[in-house]
Formats: sequence, C-alpha cells, structure tokens
Amino acid sequence: MLTANATHIMLTNEEKQEIEAEAACLEQRTAVAPEALKIVQRHRGWVSDEALHDLAAYLEMTPDELDGIATFYNLIFRRPVGRHVIFICDSVSCWIMGYNPLREHLSQRLGIQLGGTTADNRFTLLPIACLGACDQAPAMMVDRDLHVDLTPEKVDDILTRYQ
Amino acid sequence: MEQPLTKNIRPNREPLTIEEYEKVGGYQGLRAALKMSPKEVQDAVVKSNLRGRGGAGFPTGTKWSVLPLDDTRRPRYFVVNADEMEPGTMKDRWLLEGAPHQLIEGTIISAYAIQADVAYIFLRDEYQLSAQRLREAIAAAYDRGYLGKGILKSSYNLQLYLHRSAGRYICGEETALLDALQGKRALPRNKPPFPQTVGLFGKETVVNNVETVSNIPHIIVNGAEWFTGLSKSKDGGTKLYGASGKVKRPGLWELPMGTTIREILEDHAGGMREGLTFRGLLPGGASTDFLTAEHLDAKMDFDSLMPLGSRMGTGTMIILDDQTCPVSMLISLEQFFARESCGWCTPCREGLPWVLRTLLAIENGEGVMDDLGVLASHVKGLALGNTFCALAPGAIEPLGSGLKYFRADFERHITEKRCPWKAVSS
Repeated sequence: MLTANATHIMLTNEEKQEIEAEAACLEQRTAVAPEALKIVQRHRGWVSDEALHDLAAYLEMTPDELDGIATFYNLIFRRPVGRHVIFICDSVSCWIMGYNPLREHLSQRLGIQLGGTTADNRFTLLPIACLGACDQAPAMMVDRDLHVDLTPEKVDDILTRYQ
Repeated sequence: MEQPLTKNIRPNREPLTIEEYEKVGGYQGLRAALKMSPKEVQDAVVKSNLRGRGGAGFPTGTKWSVLPLDDTRRPRYFVVNADEMEPGTMKDRWLLEGAPHQLIEGTIISAYAIQADVAYIFLRDEYQLSAQRLREAIAAAYDRGYLGKGILKSSYNLQLYLHRSAGRYICGEETALLDALQGKRALPRNKPPFPQTVGLFGKETVVNNVETVSNIPHIIVNGAEWFTGLSKSKDGGTKLYGASGKVKRPGLWELPMGTTIREILEDHAGGMREGLTFRGLLPGGASTDFLTAEHLDAKMDFDSLMPLGSRMGTGTMIILDDQTCPVSMLISLEQFFARESCGWCTPCREGLPWVLRTLLAIENGEGVMDDLGVLASHVKGLALGNTFCALAPGAIEPLGSGLKYFRADFERHITEKRCPWKAVSS
C-alpha cells in the first residue's frame, strides 16, 4: 500500500531531462513510464514510495497506476538493494550445468538467500531469466556485467571486484 | 557452405565499423531495396520462404503483406523483437553483439517494405553489450544518411529508436511487447485484431525477430532463389542452431535450414561428454516438446518436427543426459514459466504453480500415482485454446512429452519415495 502523504522529493532536472529525451521517442507521453522508473532507479538505486509519487505526478498518472507498472517489471526495484546486484540465471541450461551448487555457494558466502541483501549492503542476490549465455553456462550478471562458465572458485574471484 | 548471417562476425564478436561493413557489401541491400517498390521487396521475401525465427515460424512476407500499402493512418510502426529470453536460447545475442549493422540494414529494408515511419528495436535490458553496440551503430547509420529524412536521397523517411525493456519473459510475446512499448504492464492482447491492423498505439505494426530481420539484406542482394538454395528443406535460408547442456562443445552454428538433429548434436556439439549418455532434448527452447534418440535423424526445420510431436522453436537445443533427473529438469522449466506468467488468465496463473507443486512433491518423495493424472490433466487444461496466449501452452509442451518419455522415472520417484538421481550423487 502506498502512503498517501509521502514526503515530496522533487525529481532532479537531470532526471527530468533524461525522461523527456526518452518520451520524445514515443507517441504517447505516459508510454515513458517504465523507462522513467528506470531513470529514477539509476539515480537513486531503487524506486521509493516518495519517488514513485513524485514521478507519477510528473507523468500525470495516479501513483497506483504507476506502481502497477513498477511492480510488473523485475528490473525495477521497489525495495532498496545493495550497492551491487547479482542476477543469477536459474533457467534450464544453467540449471543443468550447475546452478544449484552455485546458488548454494553464493548464499553461504554472502549469508543471504535469493531476494536478500547482505548486512553490509554490498550485494543483493536475485534470480534472473535465461541470460542468453547457455553455451557458457552457468552464468550470472553482476550490475551490468555478464560472467560465464562459472565455478564457485571463479565466483569468489569475481565478487572481489565489486566493493 | 554459405553463412550469410555470421560470415562477417569475428570470433570475439567485436563488430565491424560502418566503413568495414560497407566494404563487405553492407547497405547494398538497402540501396537495392530503395530502387524497388515496397511491394517488390515484399514479393522477394514471400518468394524466399523466410519464416519467422522467433519460434513460431510464420512466413515473414505473408506477415508483411497483410498491411495495406495505401493506408494513410500514420505513423506506421516496425518493431524488432530483440527480447530474447527463451531458456536455452542465445542466438540473437550473437547477431546483436556481432553484427549490429546487418540488423539495422534489415530493419530499414523491412520498414520500407511495409512503409513504416518509425522503427523500434525492443531489447531486453540485460543485453548491455548489445545495447552499447546498437546505440553506436544506429548513430553511425544516421550520420551516413541511412536513417532519418530522405534516406539515401530517396523520398523515404525512417526514425529508428533503441528501446530497452525492464524485464519479464512475457514481453517477448509480440502483443505483450507492444503494451510494454506503450508503457503498460506487458499483458498479451486478444487476437484478432492482429498488430498489422491494431498494433503499437493502435497503429498498423509489424513485429519481427532479430534473426528474421538480419536475413533481409541478403535476400534483397542475392535474390529469393539463392536464399531457398541455402536450405536443405522447404523453408528458405540458413538457421542459427545451438546446443547447451552436457555436450562436449556447447555452442552456436549457422547451418543450412533442415540440418538434422544428429549432425548438430554429434558433428558440431561433439556428442555427449565422456561417461554420459544422451536421453533427450528440447529442440528449440524451454517451450518445445522433448524428443529422444529415435528422433535424431529428423530435420531441424519448421515442418519436420511437427509430426514427431515437437517444434523447432528457436532452434537452440537443450540436451538432457542420463545423470540429470528429468523430473528435476521439469521443475526448473515449470518454475520459470510459473514465475514468468503475467497472471492475466486463470489457467496459466493458477495452473502452472499447481504443476510446480505437484512436481516438487514427486521429486521430494511425497508424490502419489494420482499426481501423474493431475499433471496430465494440466497438459490438457493449459493447451492452446484454453489460455489467453502461448505461454502456458509452451510451458506444458515439455511436461506432456516428459510424462510420455520419462514415465518410468516419474513412477520410480513415487514408488521409491525419493529421487533416484539424488541417491546416486550423495
């Protein structure tokens, strides 16, 4: 449930400019909603109730309408995430090639389950649909980077690059 | 053997610059197309027997020809479906990263053929490298006059935008994709009307897959006859085939359409890893029916797998070996589909989690024989015609065929009250 009287955090000019640039590519202004949510998230890490209210007002939509869109798409975060997000592919080819041991290793090492964020706020662990790296499975994406042919040892090494 | 789609893709996938692409004949297809009428371009594609490479195999030229060429409702849209997310499928990423100009040229020609004013490449957001390369390539194409107003001094205008999605498998369904582009929740639409009549923002729209569109420049340059000659079957062209799972050399290969499963599996993927035996495969992604050893000599094309009870789908095979539990594999598949259901229609929203819970019970040794009937009833209940879109019907393809080919394995789970594979490995 959205809080009705959320504190206003105005969109920055930079956010507005980015949203307008995207909106210019579309026939209807409200079509920019998912992209606008992504822009806000890029600047703030996630989409808070406050940011959602503000963006809804800016796009002349109701907050509930915008939240319906925000909660549909898995790459839009309505809860805070860590500094880095690990997206581990759990689709069938990665599953055959060792998704389970990999996820267990990550969970143990980070002390979190899927959907969790480490206590130091460094990592959030999320599942993701097939990353299109099935011939190099298992695969995961950390932030914007794809990592393939993973083993527990290789994962340990990769994690050190994300502080 | 000709490999038009991938011959200019470097092993490290570093794409050609626009100058390099022009030197190997790039944008000659566009130059030729602009000298033809849109109808002539459509006719060439109809004659080529190019069928949609997204999985459904609908003839591309026919899809285009539904639009009236003299309609004045504007703007008209052309959309490239680059939302590759079918589990086991990594073929479009090869073309997106390795040959962005080929896709852009194909997009402009296709848009010209249907007289579109605006084109979008709808890309899944996880394909970061593809996005970066497409962005650079689109900018270079504008600079060279291949995009924008008066393309190559013709009277044809086209704006091309890269649109990056925000996730969810259902966006690959073409009508859900249109709703995603319109900024809504990506729910599939009822058909008819088809997008060619009521598409993006209610305007006439064609949606084509990346591999489909990448073929277009080659058809225009070399002709329909050359294109049909590439193939070993009735469908024209080459096909990007792939193999994943425990084979010796998982990978992707551009081969003549109609290459046999055996050739792909044994000659290209190198057969099974040492010590493993082949048990079955999903020929083209998670939403295709299992095939087994008796089907290996079948041709991988759109028509040949139908009589065997399966589909070519995306043409990227997922291999099941004897050390992997088929029930667990189905859990992985159905968990994906249950999660990715958009939730709009009841059979899919409620049926898939029920299937998943039933499979989990069987896997965990808590299943009863009646559960096989529960699963079979879902195979019927979620079939095409009972649901709003093809997601649930796709989800139950591996389930129905899995129950048929691996029934003894299901029964062992139930009678032994445990997963036989887990006992072996622990």
